[in-house]
Amino acid sequence: MPDLLIELFSEEIPARMQARAADDLKKLVTNGLVEAGLTYASAAAFSTPRRLTLTIEGMLDASPSITEERKGPKADAPEKAIEGFLRGAGLTRDQLEERETPKGNILFAMIKKPGRPAAEIVAEVLDTTIRNFPWPKSMRWGTGSLRWVRPLHSILCILSAEDGAQVVPMNVDGIEAGATTRGHRFLAPDMITVNNFDDYAAKLKRAFVVLDPAERRDAIWHDATNMAFANGLEVVEDAGLLAEVAGLVEWPVVLMGRIGDAFLDLPPEVLQTSMKEHQKFFSVRSPKTGRIERFVTVANRTTADDGATILAGNEKVLSARLSDAKFFWENDLRIAKSDAGMQVWVDRLSNVTFHNKLGTQAELISRMEVLAGELAPMVGADADEARQAARFAKADLSSEMVYEFPELQGLMGSYYAKAAGKSGAIAAAAQDHYAPLGPSDDVPTAPVSIAVALAEKIDKLTGFWAIDEKPTGSKDPFALRRAALGVIRILVENDLHVRLDQLHAAQLLRNKRKVMPGLEDHHVEDLLHDIAKHGVFGAAFDAFIHRNDKKAPNDDIAKLETAVPEKSGDLMSFLHDRLKVYLKDQGVRHDVIDACIAMPGNDDLTLLVKRAKALSETLKTDDGENLIQGFKRANNILSQAEAADGVEYSYGADIKFAETDEERALFAALDAAEAQINPAMAAQDFTDAMSAMASLRAPIDAFFDAVQVNSDNSTVRRNRLNLLSRIRTICSSVADLTKIDG
Amino acid sequence: MSDPVQRPRSFQEIILALQTYWARQGCAILQPYDMEVGAGTFHPATTLRSLGTNPWAAAYVQPSRRPTDGRYGENPNRLQHYYQYQVLIKPSPPNLQDLYLGSLQAIGIDMALHDIRFVEDDWESPTLGAWGLGWEVWCDGMEVSQFTYFQQVGGHDCHPVSGELTYGLERLAMYVLGVDHVMDMPFNDPNAPIPLTYGDIFKQTEEEFARWNFDVANTDVLLDHFVEAENECNAILSQEALDPKTGKRIIMAHPAYDQCIKASHIFNLLDARGVISVTERQAYIGRVRTLAKACADAFVQTRAGGWSEDAA
Repeated sequence: MPDLLIELFSEEIPARMQARAADDLKKLVTNGLVEAGLTYASAAAFSTPRRLTLTIEGMLDASPSITEERKGPKADAPEKAIEGFLRGAGLTRDQLEERETPKGNILFAMIKKPGRPAAEIVAEVLDTTIRNFPWPKSMRWGTGSLRWVRPLHSILCILSAEDGAQVVPMNVDGIEAGATTRGHRFLAPDMITVNNFDDYAAKLKRAFVVLDPAERRDAIWHDATNMAFANGLEVVEDAGLLAEVAGLVEWPVVLMGRIGDAFLDLPPEVLQTSMKEHQKFFSVRSPKTGRIERFVTVANRTTADDGATILAGNEKVLSARLSDAKFFWENDLRIAKSDAGMQVWVDRLSNVTFHNKLGTQAELISRMEVLAGELAPMVGADADEARQAARFAKADLSSEMVYEFPELQGLMGSYYAKAAGKSGAIAAAAQDHYAPLGPSDDVPTAPVSIAVALAEKIDKLTGFWAIDEKPTGSKDPFALRRAALGVIRILVENDLHVRLDQLHAAQLLRNKRKVMPGLEDHHVEDLLHDIAKHGVFGAAFDAFIHRNDKKAPNDDIAKLETAVPEKSGDLMSFLHDRLKVYLKDQGVRHDVIDACIAMPGNDDLTLLVKRAKALSETLKTDDGENLIQGFKRANNILSQAEAADGVEYSYGADIKFAETDEERALFAALDAAEAQINPAMAAQDFTDAMSAMASLRAPIDAFFDAVQVNSDNSTVRRNRLNLLSRIRTICSSVADLTKIDG
Repeated sequence: MSDPVQRPRSFQEIILALQTYWARQGCAILQPYDMEVGAGTFHPATTLRSLGTNPWAAAYVQPSRRPTDGRYGENPNRLQHYYQYQVLIKPSPPNLQDLYLGSLQAIGIDMALHDIRFVEDDWESPTLGAWGLGWEVWCDGMEVSQFTYFQQVGGHDCHPVSGELTYGLERLAMYVLGVDHVMDMPFNDPNAPIPLTYGDIFKQTEEEFARWNFDVANTDVLLDHFVEAENECNAILSQEALDPKTGKRIIMAHPAYDQCIKASHIFNLLDARGVISVTERQAYIGRVRTLAKACADAFVQTRAGGWSEDAA
């Protein structure tokens, strides 16, 4: 049972790709070997910045011989058919077996596949693996056509057994496999010849290479925490950084350095971001004060001066980085605290285009400001405070710190707002209004933050809708899907009831102002006033036209009559689509959501979600599922009768025309259900309403079993149809059940 | 790899050491390109020569301008005008990493005391329609060079692949010379009869250009220049290959590319003036890229770009 050792030695592999690559190497090679009949006892893969290594123990030395039976044509089949079969099987006529079967005499070929030596199979499998390796990004180099993550220099591939090691003969694009590798680039660059995995790992360690990334990680963490502890400090945990740093070194040497006193007062996020992003340093803090006081860096070598030169260099680089940061921080604070304050930054944003059609950042901010003020009472915020928060939420985009570290946008805004003496709610909104950025990101919960976060997203959506820049397919350059999901999550997760239609119409108008020269400020003001008064755009537009001598003042304004409702409706269905995705992740079916979207008030997303969840829960019960069937049966009979008779049966079912007990029972059940449903609906308790409906399932079923709706007696028939109509009305109070599948 | 060297004492000694080192490795030592560029990559000796099949090996200093990085000469290591050292070898030799490390030794970096690392940094130039894979090279945590294997330039796959090395000369020299502020760095021999620091030469120009870049440059004029360069580039490339005067096949890839360089630098100036928004940026970059691609298309139709009479 030989062991197999493979090492692919290359120029430096990006740290973030190493772990995945080691796994892929193991999976691809072992799958290939097993598929070819080479089973094994165990396998393990490792990675360093310069190598991927796979060791396989207890592998077969050859694949087993196998005989494959192949069924051919009948013995008396035409000559051509038999010839074809023989060609495919690679046999002659006399080698075939003829067997009697119920279908007559059939020819069978017994094809012997002799076992193949392990080396041959390994060479094939490894060649395929290298050529098809799933690197996230790969490259060519020199004149070759092979792709690898960085230039591949050597392949070590040996089969080792008790009696020694044998190189697997193979050549990939000019690279001949061998039994050699190299140690640490600087500490032991010479060639090493190895016999087996243990020999390999031991020789590498002597050549200053720790093969196992877990061992490097543990060593780094162990040394770093010890060093910090000895100084009464602690290392700020960062598993991602630890894995990355372990992927940057073959021989980790931990060094702890000082942060210049001048920089210790920078916000901790600035220190941490700068040290981590630029230098891959760990932050080391005082457990008492929480202040970051030192850093840990990991070098890739030992030196005669115990790392003194390396540490001095790293400290110097950090100083240069942090003096930049400090310079920005102090300049920014000076502006924030000055008389003109953050308004200077807001003003500066009037030179920065947000989008060539939608105007400058400053214009965007003033639209946000108005909308945040309108939203404030709906979300429990003070309108003045919300307007101010919106005004300053993006001011930090003009600050020097954010120019340098864009990832600190928002956070710096909150520091500067506090420095400028703004309220805590305003400072918080600067940081929170971008949220949620991802599906797992927290949504803002403070009322002022909510108002600004919603205003930001709704303005963005209506703006891009106003200029027809909607996401298409995979293209969503302005992250509008994310904005829509943000609106949904902020409203639903905060249980806020906001009617979006009216807000959309108003904000569309404010954005249209930018692209329609005929739409002047006073027109917008008038129309907005009318929208506020009439609630819907259609009525507002009519009122506006009526006041203007019953005609639109110009073509642009005339276009609004259809454009605004169209775009507003289109945006609403975009939000509904995103809502479907959001709810699908929570186990709510598409048809359930469609049934709820069909109800009035569907621009209140929180209401819509409550309906959908209640309906979804009910459908999971037997009563619920059967209720739908009963409802559909009632609705079908009723619809057919209404179509045939040309009338709508909607009123006047009277128990005195009931002929059977089942009919009377249904009357009673409907009365009882209605008594429960009406108050539940008034309280928007859809779960309660649905459970009352579900209780109708039994009486409805019993009614249909016992009663023929289309009675010969026209009075009885009309009465029963009106009874079905009551079922329809009651069952349609939460959702349009005709849209439910099945 | 290289001869043991004395520790350099000045900025220019480091440049000279690099020139000598790469000359010994067989590179043609070229001179800077005579136009304003943002990086050494823009030199046609890199951008255009990395295209096509002809082998190439060149090294040169390239003054580079990044208007947004101006700090009036006050920041210890940020300049709107600085020097890059650029090496381009096609096809990339198998020992390019070793050659590169040899160059660090040649400028006095003792490999036994320092921590040199190759840290992933994929290079992409949206303006040149170019990308490659490689690293930033760290010396004790400081980025001293950019190391890239070009995969695509001007929208063309690179075949063979060029290896590109870019050294930020000021930063590297400050490190080697142990200087904390760029303006204090000796430019020539500090013991020369007239010793000059980097600041003696560039402090004033940094101030002047920072003021002009940020506050004075006439943006209306620049916007016009951008369009003019764009139009000229397209006009040049729309000419017939056959020159009616000489009867020769002359595709004017280089003159067209000059206009592309010009447009790119004007864009950088406009950016520094703060008149270009995030969204507009993309559009401008796209326009420069279109020019760069057109120039690359033209260059591969020339002899230097691998075109030959026989193949055509």
